[in-house]
Amino acid sequence: MDSTAVSTGTDEKTWGGGNKPLKASYGKMMMWFFIVSDALTFSGFLAAYGFSRFKFIDEWPIADEVFTHVPFLHGQELPMIYVAFMTFILIMSSVTMVLAVDAGHHMNKQKVTLYMFLTIIGGVIFVGSQAWEWATFINGDYGAVQTKGGNILQFGEYVNENGEQKFKRISIEDIALSETTTRTQHQRSNGLWYVDEAPLPPFTINEIIKGVESNSKILVRTQTINDEGEKTILSRDASLAKLKSEGKLVVKGANLKVNEYGTSLFADFFFFITGFHGFHVFSGVVINIIIFFNVVLGTYERRGSYEMVEKVGLYWHFVDLVWVFVFTFFYLV
Amino acid sequence: MAQEHKLAIFRGRWKFKSNTQKIWGVLAFLTFVTAIEVILGIYKPAFLNEPIFGMKGLNWIFIILTIVKAYYITWDFMHMRDETSFLRRAVVWTAVFLICYLVFILLQEGGYVFNVYDETFIKRDF
Repeated sequence: MDSTAVSTGTDEKTWGGGNKPLKASYGKMMMWFFIVSDALTFSGFLAAYGFSRFKFIDEWPIADEVFTHVPFLHGQELPMIYVAFMTFILIMSSVTMVLAVDAGHHMNKQKVTLYMFLTIIGGVIFVGSQAWEWATFINGDYGAVQTKGGNILQFGEYVNENGEQKFKRISIEDIALSETTTRTQHQRSNGLWYVDEAPLPPFTINEIIKGVESNSKILVRTQTINDEGEKTILSRDASLAKLKSEGKLVVKGANLKVNEYGTSLFADFFFFITGFHGFHVFSGVVINIIIFFNVVLGTYERRGSYEMVEKVGLYWHFVDLVWVFVFTFFYLV
Repeated sequence: MAQEHKLAIFRGRWKFKSNTQKIWGVLAFLTFVTAIEVILGIYKPAFLNEPIFGMKGLNWIFIILTIVKAYYITWDFMHMRDETSFLRRAVVWTAVFLICYLVFILLQEGGYVFNVYDETFIKRDF
């Protein structure tokens, strides 16, 4: 198993090279060093997420209401389903990776090739799913109004569904009553030199206010979580008063500045942590592809050991391990 | 060149004939745990929403199940079970100690900041 270490001809001496403390080869040991330090990086991010969440403990967005979409199933609210699928894909690709390592121990080139290939496919599906998840999150769902204090007001109405009163969200497109506006986007070609302005929101706050006034059923839902663990829904009078006195900006979707789902820190951490994890998966796929070609070319066959597959496998499992925690703290807890 | 593998999980209660079989067994277990998490996450039984030791019962279940999953990924997929005990301890306890400390100080501070806005006259929302 140790044929990667070149014999220096001084094997009887302690410092002659080729030593394996803790019975782990140099490469494996260094991979463990890296994994521990990377685990600390990720736990730093997740702990910072926890800090912000504890700071806004009574108004943090409820994940089940944010991530409700599944590809090809439009308009249905299916929380958890898609992310559960992603988790399963990643665990599955972890399994094919261990099977590749196991086949490597038996020096079975055919099987290592097959399992490495399946692992790469799993990784690609995961990264693709994550890209879709991001796109859905960025494009947004119903839209909302941001207040002067940076809070989010969402809209909806009570409907009777099977004899039950349910609060159903209404999209800002269905609320707004358009009016002619003279406000145009500021571009760097006119006005202040070399200063841009972000694209104007799809609607002005006045259009939303007029729309809410004209439909007496629309109510405002605030960020605050009540005793039942649900977001607070204001009465009709309070809704109008809140919207008129505090409403400032119409937002649709989420980015690093605004977030229609709730406090903007939620979107920041979502992009940062799942992005950092997605980058790990991406680099894992790239490393897996390199190893895959080495396997196909017979590099490890000639070397007499598939330990390289084992080392990249450690990294791949670590990515899976991190996802287990990201999954829990972003989608479940 | 077959390596030595320890072929039993759950403290020897579930034994396997080969390493490949053990991998599929662990996959079955991990899938089962994830399925429990997802089902609880969708239905959120009301009796688990009560706080136990300062946190919702449901959240305790999620976090404990996550650590269980992390254990089996590390022990069986990353072959920690087959490493020498000192390598295992050096990796696991270093990370566990530092992460527990980090999480404790940050969550404590986050709760404190929340209380400052909640109970005193400092406001961030006008």
